[in-house]
Amino acid sequence: MEYIDSRSSTSSNAGATKILCCSCGALIDPNPLNQCAACLRTHVDITENIPKQGTLFFCRNCERYLNPPNDWVACTLESRELLSVCLKRMKGLKDVKLVDAGFIWTEPHSKRIKVKLTVHGEINGGIVLQQVFIVEFTVNNQMCDDCHRTEAKDFWRCMVQIRQKANNKKTLYYLEQMILKHKAHENTLGLKNAPDGLDFFFSAENHARKMVDFLQSVLPVKFTQSKKLISHDIHSNSYNYKFTWAVDIVPLSKGSLVCLNKKMQQSSGSIAPLCIVQNVANTIHLIDPLTAQMAEISGVNYFRYPFSPICDPKQLVEYTVMDIEIIKNRKQFPGQGPISFKHVVADVWLVKSSELGINDSMIHTKTHLGHLLRPGDAVMGFDLRDANINNDEFEKLKSENIPDVILVKKFFGDKDNRRRARKWKLKHLTENAGGDTDMENDYNEFLDDLEEDPDMRQHINIFKDSKKQQIAVDVDDLADPSIPQITLEEMLDDLVIDDVEMGEA
Amino acid sequence: MALRAEFENSSDIGVFAKLTNTYCLTAIGGSEAFYSVFEGELSETIPVIHASIAGCRIIGRLTVGNRKGLLVPHSTTDLELQHLRNALPDSVKIQRVEERLSALGNVIACNDYVSLIHPDIDRETEEIITDVLGVEVFRQTISGNSLVGAYSVLNNQGGIIHPKTSAQELDELSSLLQVPLVAGTVNRGSELLAAGIVANDWTAFCGITTTSTELSVIESVFKLNESQPSKITSNLRASLIEAMS
Repeated sequence: MEYIDSRSSTSSNAGATKILCCSCGALIDPNPLNQCAACLRTHVDITENIPKQGTLFFCRNCERYLNPPNDWVACTLESRELLSVCLKRMKGLKDVKLVDAGFIWTEPHSKRIKVKLTVHGEINGGIVLQQVFIVEFTVNNQMCDDCHRTEAKDFWRCMVQIRQKANNKKTLYYLEQMILKHKAHENTLGLKNAPDGLDFFFSAENHARKMVDFLQSVLPVKFTQSKKLISHDIHSNSYNYKFTWAVDIVPLSKGSLVCLNKKMQQSSGSIAPLCIVQNVANTIHLIDPLTAQMAEISGVNYFRYPFSPICDPKQLVEYTVMDIEIIKNRKQFPGQGPISFKHVVADVWLVKSSELGINDSMIHTKTHLGHLLRPGDAVMGFDLRDANINNDEFEKLKSENIPDVILVKKFFGDKDNRRRARKWKLKHLTENAGGDTDMENDYNEFLDDLEEDPDMRQHINIFKDSKKQQIAVDVDDLADPSIPQITLEEMLDDLVIDDVEMGEA
Repeated sequence: MALRAEFENSSDIGVFAKLTNTYCLTAIGGSEAFYSVFEGELSETIPVIHASIAGCRIIGRLTVGNRKGLLVPHSTTDLELQHLRNALPDSVKIQRVEERLSALGNVIACNDYVSLIHPDIDRETEEIITDVLGVEVFRQTISGNSLVGAYSVLNNQGGIIHPKTSAQELDELSSLLQVPLVAGTVNRGSELLAAGIVANDWTAFCGITTTSTELSVIESVFKLNESQPSKITSNLRASLIEAMS
């Protein structure tokens, strides 16, 4: 304890007398108590109202400290945050002025935290004393509310239900990969497969909101929020809700055939009514297979005038190209939307692969895949002649405007062969139960799409499949150049933890 | 020799007692303990008198006196004055003072030869002080305090004054009073010296909380160790003979 003379200006003037300290007789300057610092220390303790021991509560599961009344903060030993927690637990600091505070090192296992404090306090007579003292905190274990809820299996507060009401789940698979790539599922407490999608569980409302925001940014979605009152306290006017966000993903996937209504056609650059969904990213990309005109439909726009697919990739039929003739001069009209220059419009003459050699009458149609197809190639398309389509917009079309066949994509050989040749894999949010052939087919189709579309691959982390060897290092090494494959340069190494049993020695 | 005493659990004995070389006044307390401390020490040499002033016990602060006289405030009743007159030795003059600053003990500090008085005291009172107490009078303050009687205690050998007094002021007062002065405290650091000490030329009483350091300062400045009543009388006689011759 040291004496700080608040009246130093008056007492230090020239010629001040020295007096004897009243208790020890030391020669000192006169002060309000007329005692030297050493004697003051023996009988004045400005920290007597401050408890020298305290308790801190620490949750072992999440390693956080209780910041009363019910805040849990994560802080390391000797950190600024921990100091503020300690100071907050101290009573009686209001009567004195805190000048300095710091930690004294203690063994982490000792469960003791020592805080060294320097305070200024005024005692009667207007004399200010400085005193240094140590407060020892015992760290007690207490499970925090969050961990308690987790332990009690009653931990989620918010749920995000992602649903796609469509036959084809490719868009959902794409979303899963996007979530994995962006680690959007970091804060989830758990997730569950549902028949038409996924359920994500969160402990905090803002985590769920973040997830919904993420979904909105990657896919055209529509969501509704609802809350359920769990409990409420009329005294403190606090309510405890469980929130649920129901997120609807557009029921379209790559390769679906859609029929647009008039309004949508007009707003999309007078595109033809029958379009193929080329891609579903944060907007829906459509292409007219007959003219290669493109359109982009935002999620907002889609949900204003929703349309459903009239044909799904499941209904694709394999055709063989008998003849192809590229159309050089395209018809253009004012107000026309953008036309793809990646695609080449061509007249094709086809025969169903299943009827090859049986039926000689060739089907004529136009396609945007002129750059890919050669006579003799196999190609997948929708057979509109035999299709049973129930769609109001489709029924409004004149039959002469409906082509017999709409080609969607080139066919690159047998599915099983491609599957066997696949030397990469994707990660999954949940362990797939598998079994369902429908789902497996959808998933394989999604993998095929990935192999065929490098743009799509950019948004996805692809991992080497360590079980399958000999991956093509670059495009030149590919065994069968006709089959699109993914090269090693696009793949990532998966983290493998080999838990080898420890030996005896 | 300085003694510690307390008046009914208060160590401010200077409030409840007045001690001079020829008499001692003590307040009328609930018990005789306080009185008997004085009586035990002084009864052989000087009268120790129970007194009250205007019915109050704070006689030490209300009166001022020395070997030659005693001044009491105008609030003193006739009966009290009569009692004092009867009890005091005949050589001691007693006078009631019509002074606005009626706590005479706080505004006047004196020994048998000189006195310091509050700057605002009436001129008439000043004359009375000169006449009755037979002292030279100086209007003074002590380190800015005009209650000179409260912040100083004097006897004929020395004096103790307020601890914050500067060295220069100490020198001035010392040369004015012609006695050595020291800045000091009583009752464990209290600056109210007159409330804690009563002193005459051979003995002093301090509050019970006075520390030994303070006691030793008091004893040394009042020169109590070498002085006994007999010694004083012999000194006095010697000087008298010297003066007469």
